[in-house]
Parts: sequence; structure tokens; C-alpha cells
Amino acid sequence: MTRTFALPDLGEGLTEAEIVRVLVAEGDVVAEDAPLLEVETDKATVEIPSPMSGRVATIHVHPGDTVRVGAALVTFEDAGAPSTAPRAGDAPPPRPAPPPAAVRSAAAPAPPAAGPVPATPATRRLARELGVDLRAVRGSGPGGRVTDDDVRASAGAPAAAPPRTLAAPEHPAVARPLATVGAAPAPLPRFEQWGPVERQPLSHLRRTIAERMTLAATLIPHVTHLDRADVTDLDALIQRSLEAGRARGVTLTLTSFLLKAAALALGEHPRFNASLDPAAGELIVKRYCHLGVAVATERGLIVPVLRDVDRKPLLEVQRELTALAARVREGKATLEDLHGGCFTITNLGALGGTGAIPIINYPEVAILGVARARLEPVVRDGRIEPRMLLPLTLTFDHRVADGADGARFAAAIVRRLEAPEQLLLGW
Amino acid sequence: MVMGDLVVEVDVAVVGGGPGGYSAAFRCAELGLEAVVVDATARLGGACLFEGCIPSKALLHVAAVLDAAERAKEFGVDFGAPRVALEPLRRWKTERVVGKLARGLASVAKAKGVEVVAGRAVFEGSRELRVEGETPQKIRFKHAILATGAAPSPLPGLERAGDRVLDSTAALALADVPGRLLVVGGGYIGLELGQVYAALGSAVTLVEMLDGLLPGVDRDLVQPLARRAEKQFASILLGTRVVALSEAGGAVEAQLSSGETLVVDRVLVAVGRRPQSAGLGLETTRAAVDARGVVAVDERCRTADPYVFAVGDVTGEPMLAHRAMRQGKVAAEVIAGRPSAFDNAAVPAVVFTDPEVAWCGLTEAEAAREGRAVTIARFPWAASGRAATLGRADGLTKLVADPESGRVLGVGLVGPGAGELVAEAALAVEAALTVEDLAATIHAHPTLSETLMEAAETLLRRA
Repeated sequence: MTRTFALPDLGEGLTEAEIVRVLVAEGDVVAEDAPLLEVETDKATVEIPSPMSGRVATIHVHPGDTVRVGAALVTFEDAGAPSTAPRAGDAPPPRPAPPPAAVRSAAAPAPPAAGPVPATPATRRLARELGVDLRAVRGSGPGGRVTDDDVRASAGAPAAAPPRTLAAPEHPAVARPLATVGAAPAPLPRFEQWGPVERQPLSHLRRTIAERMTLAATLIPHVTHLDRADVTDLDALIQRSLEAGRARGVTLTLTSFLLKAAALALGEHPRFNASLDPAAGELIVKRYCHLGVAVATERGLIVPVLRDVDRKPLLEVQRELTALAARVREGKATLEDLHGGCFTITNLGALGGTGAIPIINYPEVAILGVARARLEPVVRDGRIEPRMLLPLTLTFDHRVADGADGARFAAAIVRRLEAPEQLLLGW
Repeated sequence: MVMGDLVVEVDVAVVGGGPGGYSAAFRCAELGLEAVVVDATARLGGACLFEGCIPSKALLHVAAVLDAAERAKEFGVDFGAPRVALEPLRRWKTERVVGKLARGLASVAKAKGVEVVAGRAVFEGSRELRVEGETPQKIRFKHAILATGAAPSPLPGLERAGDRVLDSTAALALADVPGRLLVVGGGYIGLELGQVYAALGSAVTLVEMLDGLLPGVDRDLVQPLARRAEKQFASILLGTRVVALSEAGGAVEAQLSSGETLVVDRVLVAVGRRPQSAGLGLETTRAAVDARGVVAVDERCRTADPYVFAVGDVTGEPMLAHRAMRQGKVAAEVIAGRPSAFDNAAVPAVVFTDPEVAWCGLTEAEAAREGRAVTIARFPWAASGRAATLGRADGLTKLVADPESGRVLGVGLVGPGAGELVAEAALAVEAALTVEDLAATIHAHPTLSETLMEAAETLLRRA
């Protein structure tokens, strides 16, 4: 039996991936779950395991190809059962396939095994209108049917995904332009007139970052609140605990304290643990607390997500953070690692600087930028003391919160960083 | 339209006036695009109206009336032996049925401002075509929609076999009712026309190369039709090919692969249809045509040439008028800048034999071929009250559903009226309805449509 394996649904929002490496060759016999391909999605490099055992008959992709969810990757011969074993109960006994109908003049190419996406024709039209790839949308209707609401939700805020004008002869260009939001950019000058230039195509990750940052910066009215936390005690605590932590296999870092402080502050100010739904005129407040941490990698910025930071003890947060950051740097993060964040922390302290004003990680409401902590002269009780101060920049969506809200939320984070033993206790 | 040196400029030039072509042209007009249709016959309707769907269904209706009169004896009504006069029958078919519909299409074209140009269109590049005919002219277009359809395939090796060898077009002209008719091909055309001629009095022998009628269709749907055809036809020879045909003394001698020789009065060759893409100058465009003549198109009915679209049979299987019509509308909408696509999940197929066979969406055979897990429910019409009142218990309704989600993936039907029942099935598949949706919808009693509800209930009980 021949079976074609298509690029599976990679999770929310991901509609395409770039093939990095093909790990099998045509003719290879592979076992179920053996690595087939390495793909780079919006955020991570992921190995795609074989869904079945069998002989690789045809490989439909090459490194460098960008493929959409549902596109054929590999065709297997003598394919065994797929890993998502179907219920056998009501399945018909396999019949020999009838011979091709020779009396017909032509056979249509076989549709992908996955079949059409369950949605009414009107919903499918809406998806095309909003530029939404239906295969990447999870259906909420009966039997997994994709509804109009699912499509609209997937399209994000109306302004976020402007309907692509489907001009009649729309043929894909060799180099794809970035999706634009709002006004089209003015044409570039011919730089060649001033000197030689080199044109470098954007990597998949670079393109994603560019599009998402443009979206956030264009769509969200950003406002930034500046504050500083006195982390003298926290720094001392970390220094004191380093030895004890190492003995337990944990290296305490400032970032885990920042995560814990932010999680507890978010519980106090749920407006910042939210997403705005402009179409519905509603604020979607999250009853969970997954926090993103910006990680710089050789390929670009990646934001892995730690789950339920509010409910985990600090040592557990630190352990997960260390493991997660390592996975991301090695390009081995799973898609699960990269989705579902509520709020993001970007700590540039290791690189110096006196402060940075980050752009919100859409569709979150706020992001906390952290620069390097420095010893500074501080007046305390009428005397000048050297204290360790940590510059914080809280950037947030002014549609959702006002300056006073931001100041209070930032103060809640500062208050916790200044009482580090409470963070260890999870207060 | 700007005239000058017989160069006409239009938004959209539609090549071919069949269902795909006229649907495309009408939709263009509705969307404010100026469209002309170039057709060699100078009229709208194509093979479907003049030599396919419509005349064959008119004749099948006559066959059904004859059959109903015969069956009436069962409940004590005897009309006596029917007398069929061919001339009035031909006139009715040609004038009252085909002619009336053709006049209807012409008046719609006029009302919508779609001009029909008589002649053969030959592309001269991606923006212009030459019309050969009584008034040669050039048409410069912004977009073209190719809708040239398909034509009957000749029997390989026996292309020149004489006047007594008919294709479906000639058979529908109904020159006479041969005493002995050999039908080559057990697909839908051979079976439909075989039944027409059998009802009109011909002794029909059907030869099919493969080992079953309607190749590719689920066997349980074919079986009731096969049983009926066995009674109507003189014989059905499966796994048999015609190796030679020769005309001799007003008859045709057919040599079969089995070694047998048949002597018949006429032969109907119905071994499929092939796309008409040759001789159109497509090589001057960037449209891609494969070895079988199929013009490759994408979901938006675009060929590889940005200015040339193609719809219908010329784009390959399934070669069905209703698919062409939908594609025609999609092509027009895409040209008008609308977000349209031919992404239909269900293209219903109907074989208008007695009993009718119809299906849409995923078939049981396809599911088995793809190794896809499905649940299947069969509801035999022997249990249908309506089928009993019609004296027809030989039908079957089959539901193919997804075991996980309960979605209706496909439906197969056999029985009188199956072609009408498949409409509900197509809606269910297209709209991704679940088995529960079908079961919970009230179906009028007593009707054959209840069998869909009953099949759905069977699946729900099992779950």
C-alpha cells in the first residue's frame, strides 16, 4: 500500500515551514517514529518523525523549500499502520484496489490523504478573503468543522490581517515580499547608483520576526514606563545560594526571579495577562500564566514559553528555564515550547546598556525589558549608599491599560524583586 | 467592444460554449466584465446540451416510461404492446427538449450582453486569438477562459471502422433502432445508451474490458444495476475486448478477445472521452498540456499562463458538466478579483441508468485504497416504505463517515431517483455535516430520502 505523508498541523498559527534537512533517502526503509526531516518553522527547528513504517518511495521536498501545512512530504511504499492508529472496529475489510479504469481518458491527481478541510463553502470563501490558511485552523464546530468565528479568530484583529487582494493573475514570485500592514512602504531608491550592493534573501525566522514586529508596532499604541528595582538583597541572595544551588544541580539566575516576580504581579494586575479582541470589543483575560523569555540565538530572536510560572516554586522555574534555553540555543525546541505565552520578559543585561524599550510580542499586552544591574549611589536614611539597581522598562498596550495602571504593575514587580526571600517562598 | 480591422478587444474571451464556457461568460457579465464566447457551432450548450447529458436523459425518460408501462402489468394494468414511432420521438427530443433549452440559453446570453462568435478559436500568444470561420477576426483579450470540453475516444486501433460504428453523439441522433447492437464499454455512457436501445427494442450485447461494469464505482452500488442490465441485455461480456471490426453486407462483424465472433447491425463505442486541447494554438501560450491532452490548472482555474484560465473537461477528470459550471464561475470570479476557488469537497456523480447510481465525496473503494479508517452504514431499500410503494426494493443507501468526528465523508446511492437524492448528500459532505446532523433532520415520510436518515441512525446506534 502506498501512503503519502503530508506536513502535519504544527500548532496554532503555524501554516508553513522551511525544510532544513532531509534525513532519509528514497529507497530507505524507515521505522515508525524515526526522524524523517528537519524543518524550521516560525520559531524553531523541529525534527519530524515518520508516522509509519515503510519504504520511502518518493521525497517531495528539498532543503530550502518552504512548504505549507498539508503539502506532501514523503510517499511510503509497503506502508505499515500510521501511528495514529484508526479504530479498527467499523473499518471495512481492505479490498484489492480496482484496476485503473482504462476506459477513462485521464485520472485526476489524487488529493492529499488528509482530505478537504471540514468547513462550509461560505466559510472557505471567508478564509480566502481574510488570507487564512484553513488547514492551520482548528475547528470548534461539530466533528471539528471550522466555523466563520474560528476563521475570524485565526485572522486576528481585523486590522492585523488585511484581506489580501487577489488580483487576477497572481503567480507566486521567486522571492516573496513581506506581508505589509497599513500603508505600503515607499519604493526604495536604486542603491546601485551609489555603490555596489548585495541582495540577501531573508531567512524564514528573520521574515517571521520582521512581519510580527511590523504587525505589533503598527497595530498597538505602545507606551513605556521606566522604573528601577533595588536588587542589592536579591543579588546577595543569588550569590549566597550559588553553591547550595549547584549542589542540587540548579544555577540560580536573575531571570527566574524576574519570571516569578512578573507572574505574581500579573496575578495582582490581570489586565496585563490578557489579549485585546478589537472585533468583539472584549478583553480576553487569561486564567493561566505562561511567560515567554526572549532568547537570542545565532539565527535570531526566539521566545520560548514557561508554563504556569505562578504555580511553580522558584527552583522549578529555574530548572525549566535552564533546560528550555538550552533546547532553544541548540535548535531543538519543540513547538509546544514556543506557544501560548501571556507576557514576555527580555533580559539584555548580559549585553550591557542602560535600558531598552522593547516591542510588544503580539497579541500579548505587555513586555518587560531588563538592562544590566549596576552599583549606584543611592540616598537611604540621609546617607549615600552603594546599591545595586536594575533598570526596568515596562512597555504595554495603551488600548488596554493607562499610564497609572502600568506604573502600579511595574511597582508590583519592583516590590517583589526587592523582597527576594518572598519570591523563594512563592508569595 | 471596439471594432476596427476586425480586431475586437474584450475583457474575457471564452473559448467553447458548453456548460463551463457559458457559465463563465454569464458570471463575467454579472461581474461587469465584457465577455465573448467563441464556439464552432455558434450556439451555447456544448456537448452537454446537443450530444450528451440532455438528449440522453430525454431518451432515458422514454425508456423509463416504456419500462413503467411494462411493469404496470404486475399490478393489473395492461397497456398492450407499445409502438414507438422514431420520427416524432426524434422531433420531441430535438425541438421540444434540446431546442427549447438552447433558445433559453441564447436569450440569457442576449439579456446579459454576452456575444457568441461563430468560428474556431486559435490562440496567437497569451493576449490574442484568431477566429477561423465565416467572418475571420482577431480577439484581443485581457483574459481567456479555455472551455473546449472533450470528445468521444475512438476504439484504439479501430478508428476507421465505417458508418455502422457509432460514437455517443451518433447514437443519440437515433438514426434507427438496430436489431442487434454491440456496445463497447461498460462505463456510464455505454450503460445509459445500451438501456435506451434495449428499451426501444434492440438486442444489446455489452463488452467491457475490465471485470466489472462501471469500473471504479463501489461494487455494492453497481450490483443492482448489473442485475437489471443482465435481464435487459442479450448478454454482458466482462473481461473481454474487441480486437477487430469489419463491415460486411450491411452488418458488422466483431472479433472478441475471447475468440468469439459477433455479427451485429451497429456498434456503439463508448470507451471514454478525451480532452479537446489540440489545434488550439495553446503552444503559443504558457499553458501546460500533458500527454493525454489535459490542460493543467490550479484551484483558481489558472493555467501556467497568467492570462489563460481553463475549466471543464479540458482540465481532466471528473468530466462532468456540473463541475465545469462551478469551475466556470470560479474562473470568472477570480478574473474579477474575487477570492474564489474550486475547492469543492463533493462533486456528485450520477449514472442515469435504471436503477440510477449516484455518489459523492469519499467512496468506500477510495477509503480502502488510501488506507483511511471509515465507518460505513448500508441501508437497503427493501426496508423503505416508499421503495415498496414504487415496487422497487433493489436500492441501497450507503454512508461513509469519519469514525473520530462523525463527519459525513461520502455517500453512495443506487435505486430509482438516486440522482436526485445525491443532492442532500452533496450538501452534507460539502458543508461538513455530521452523521448526527443527518439523523436529526426531519425527512418527509414516506420518501426515499428517509434512507439517508436511516443510514445515519444506523451509524449512531453503533457508536
